[in-house]
Amino acid sequence: MNEAATATHCPYCALQCGMGLRRTDGPVPVAVEERPDFPVNRGALCGKGASAAAVLAPGARLTTPLVRVDGELRPAGWPQALDLVADALARTAAAHGRDAVGVFGGGGLTNEKAYQLGKFARVALGTSAIDYNGRFCMSSAAAAGIRAFGLDRGLPFPVEDIPRAGCVILVGANPAETMPPFVRYLRELQENGGRLIVVDPRRTRTADLADLHLAPRPGTDLALALGMLHLVVADGRTDEEFIAGRTTGWSGTRAAAMAHWPELVESVTGVPLPQLRTAVTMFCDAPTGMVLTARGPEQQAKGTDTVSAWINLCLATGNAGRPHAGYGCLTGQGNGQGGREHGQKADQLPGYRKLDDPAARAHVAAVWGVDPDTLPGPGRSAYELLDSLGTDVRALLVMGSNPVVSAPNSAHVTGRLRALDFLAVSDVVLSETAALADVVLPATQWAEETGTMTNLEGRVVLRRKAVEPPAGVRSDLDVMHHLAARLGHGEGFPTDPEKVFDELRRASAGGVADYAGISYERIAAEDGVFWPCPSAGHPGTPRLFLDRFATPDGRARFTPVQHRPAAEEPDDAFPVRLTTGRVLAQYQSGAQTRRVAELNAAAPGAFVELHPRLAERLGVADGEPVAVVSRRGRTVTPARLTTAIRADTVFMPFHWPGEANANLHTNPELDPTSRMPEFKACAVRLERAPEAG
Amino acid sequence: MTATDSRTGPRIVVVGGGMAGHRLAQQLAARGGPRVLLLSEEEHPPYNRVLLAEVLAGRYSPEVAALAPLPGQIEHRQARVVRIDRAQRRVWCDDGEAVGYDRLVLATGSNPVLPPLRGLFDDALTGRERWGHRPAAKAGGELPAGVFAFRTMADCALIDAHLPNVRQAVVVGGGLLGVSAARALAVRGVQVVLAHQGEHLMERHLDEEAAELLRTHLTELGVEVHTECRVRSALTEDRRITGVELADGFRLDAELLIMAAGVRPRTGLALAAGLEVRRGIVVDDRLRTSDPAVHALGDCAEHRGTVYGLAGPALAQADRLARILTGQDAPYEGSRLLTRLTLTGPDSAPLDLAAFGETVPAGPGDRVVRLADASRGTYRKVIVRRDEQGGDRLVGGVLLGDLDTVGDLAGTWEGDEALSAHPLHLLTTQSTTTGGPSR
Repeated sequence: MNEAATATHCPYCALQCGMGLRRTDGPVPVAVEERPDFPVNRGALCGKGASAAAVLAPGARLTTPLVRVDGELRPAGWPQALDLVADALARTAAAHGRDAVGVFGGGGLTNEKAYQLGKFARVALGTSAIDYNGRFCMSSAAAAGIRAFGLDRGLPFPVEDIPRAGCVILVGANPAETMPPFVRYLRELQENGGRLIVVDPRRTRTADLADLHLAPRPGTDLALALGMLHLVVADGRTDEEFIAGRTTGWSGTRAAAMAHWPELVESVTGVPLPQLRTAVTMFCDAPTGMVLTARGPEQQAKGTDTVSAWINLCLATGNAGRPHAGYGCLTGQGNGQGGREHGQKADQLPGYRKLDDPAARAHVAAVWGVDPDTLPGPGRSAYELLDSLGTDVRALLVMGSNPVVSAPNSAHVTGRLRALDFLAVSDVVLSETAALADVVLPATQWAEETGTMTNLEGRVVLRRKAVEPPAGVRSDLDVMHHLAARLGHGEGFPTDPEKVFDELRRASAGGVADYAGISYERIAAEDGVFWPCPSAGHPGTPRLFLDRFATPDGRARFTPVQHRPAAEEPDDAFPVRLTTGRVLAQYQSGAQTRRVAELNAAAPGAFVELHPRLAERLGVADGEPVAVVSRRGRTVTPARLTTAIRADTVFMPFHWPGEANANLHTNPELDPTSRMPEFKACAVRLERAPEAG
Repeated sequence: MTATDSRTGPRIVVVGGGMAGHRLAQQLAARGGPRVLLLSEEEHPPYNRVLLAEVLAGRYSPEVAALAPLPGQIEHRQARVVRIDRAQRRVWCDDGEAVGYDRLVLATGSNPVLPPLRGLFDDALTGRERWGHRPAAKAGGELPAGVFAFRTMADCALIDAHLPNVRQAVVVGGGLLGVSAARALAVRGVQVVLAHQGEHLMERHLDEEAAELLRTHLTELGVEVHTECRVRSALTEDRRITGVELADGFRLDAELLIMAAGVRPRTGLALAAGLEVRRGIVVDDRLRTSDPAVHALGDCAEHRGTVYGLAGPALAQADRLARILTGQDAPYEGSRLLTRLTLTGPDSAPLDLAAFGETVPAGPGDRVVRLADASRGTYRKVIVRRDEQGGDRLVGGVLLGDLDTVGDLAGTWEGDEALSAHPLHLLTTQSTTTGGPSR
């Protein structure tokens, strides 16, 4: 028998590379194949994607519900597990009010699950307490994008446009390690004669590719962008016609930039002024330019303003709303884009509608067949929700997220999770968060179920079921169906993903992220469909803003922003900056990738990266254990000496739990607009550590 | 003016709307806090003084150099404060009004020092000992046509308006300001003579070798530099400048004379109010004067014996004082900033210069590490001193022409940390960044 491979997409990052899955007879039920016809990756896969099938192996994943009995998680039947969850949620609501029941979702969930989870929270549970880990991902870029363009879509153009820009600035983005197939677009850019500028405190693999690498101190890229804008003005390189014709708010923004003169910016960022001038010349000499941000500028307590500063640079130079130009965000999680559009966010309803907008409430309530007045209002953001566990929120349902490892100030968050009356976790594997739960529900994953994802381009793609899930595993849609039924909502929570998607289409119709014209058939026929796509006859929108921006007057809006220091600056007690990030062979909290042998062999454990001069002062040699101490925690990990980092900064990847978890240190100070925590800059002290026993 | 009567709580009155006062008001507003009244005497809207030379050079229009308007909740009045009544906690303005305060902040800045030149004033011949002590504010209208200080946007506008009549100019003073002004005039196509009394340019900041390279750069821009050169007299006809006479009797024709011989903190109000004043108004680490209800910051303040006279420390003080005034304990412990100067020519590549601390060894114990490349016009030098614990500390340095290491050097200087055994890294390009445009 030689059946065709199932055409689907990778389970990991926001690129959502196309791949084929062919059935095997071995313990891993499918093998990954190239799928060269899909345009985003044209067959190329990274090590994570190529080894993705390993997580389907029976030993790696959960295959039965677990229920805590006498302090131990023990196998249980589905009816019992579901009864326990429904009962605990209902009891909590009865005793403490509906908002005492919380829901925490994930940016890896399909659109169907994310949509259904929002509906489940607002209709079946009637709680406002829902948010998701995507808040830790791109919420600052989303807020700044809406502020400037009236709409948030990661990239306003397909990735294939990137090589046709004359100059691309990557800010705090390391795609060579986080989404390797993306790198081909950077290489093509350079082959076409375009320039690549990388802004990163570390000389990452991505920075190594750059024509120019600027290495600011963590938390100062807002000042860097202001300094560049200052020089653009000083050199007379603004696009006055574009500013006059397509934007508003320039004079205030110009004044803010002029208050950040180049020598001041040099002093704040540590980037020599000649390099800043070179960057401005490169960017302005190019016929068109793009700025792409990722978590570096976004995961700050001033992340929204930082992204706005980079958007301002684009607007002032006429690099927006035109072909091969513009600002974009490299979304991280697999469905970071779709996950934020359909109602998992504390303040949003499907279609990127606002939960406090009466018209939006009326529309969605009509689709859901409920009275708009019964819909709760906006709830707390992710960290604030986690921080309220055990006090305001007493029972929590987690779906597809591992906050024990991935949330900032993780020791505190773990303590809050432990303080809950009841915790239920639905996941593929027994994550560190699932291990704390009272009930664990084993969920189907990628390759075992069908659903849509929206990648960083705003392209809605279809992941297809390639293999039957193990007996004892159920989809999250199935879980929500049965929980809702037990909570008195026998209707309205179908288990068939396509039915859910059809309802999502109606709920999103007329919204900003309009999926009304997108169907499973069209996605299959068209290599995905870009939203907004308001009707079946609409071609979808690969390129946004070419005629007008999505603001009421059609003009993009400048936002005057000022630099300000990180919430926690180095001082005598904690003199070094810590920044966090990712490594090539691991993904997010590592819940999946740490279970893949070949990835673990490549990246077996945590480390702290530091400059040899800093190491010399500490008396630490490469590979020796180092204690990193912050106001929030202490970790001990091996030192990795490299000249690729600033001497005043250390770096830790955050994929590992326990003693080595970088997020024990990260600062939960929130951005006032996006409620994004400050993952990227906090103050630490380093100490020599005794050899681990 | 915005009414703030509905607000309660203490009222902060800020005297001076320059960069420090403006920044303080902005930061106080951002912190959502107290009632603020800003009193400023300048008619021009507040502007970024750092950009003044660039405005003169024609690189920026004056509007572009303006600072962002203050947030609406900041009350702002154009008035000159003439007296502080500390007992009653109020200040008197020249319009006869008195304004009460709970906390007073003096951000009065500094005035240019006019050098003792004969011929500057009508009564010029009555005795030169008076000139050096003449306040610029009084002198403003009395200077001969074509003679200007270079301190404010108003000066800049006057110089600009005068330029069409100018072929040759003389700039008196070869410090940071004089060098910037001479460069700006050269960019505008004026023949400039820079007359500097000291042995070499910018001797407060540079050693001799760096100063020589700077001089070469200025010469290439068309500036004629004279060091150890004292201007004795301003030559005038009908109260219009025609030239200068040097101490050695040599005469230079000039239709423009710019005085850039330094500045002096404006401390008159504080002195009259009985506050402690040395070179500047003395403040402690909370930026308090000898009266705890009165603060001072910026160019008029003296902190731990230092009057900075630079924008960077003034902004840092403003940020700190905003926190202090809104109830945080945020002591200011001084600024260790590099002095930076960029000289952009019309065609040539810009010359970058950074200097800090002591640029000449104080004794045989000081280590000097230097790298110079005469053909590229680059010069890098640091001075390292052994401290009491036996560690090496950076005590000063100069970078000229090649600033690739400026970030690291500044970080080390600011951090005042013990150096590694091989301080050469402070002068050689770090591998954290890949090079510039290679293709």
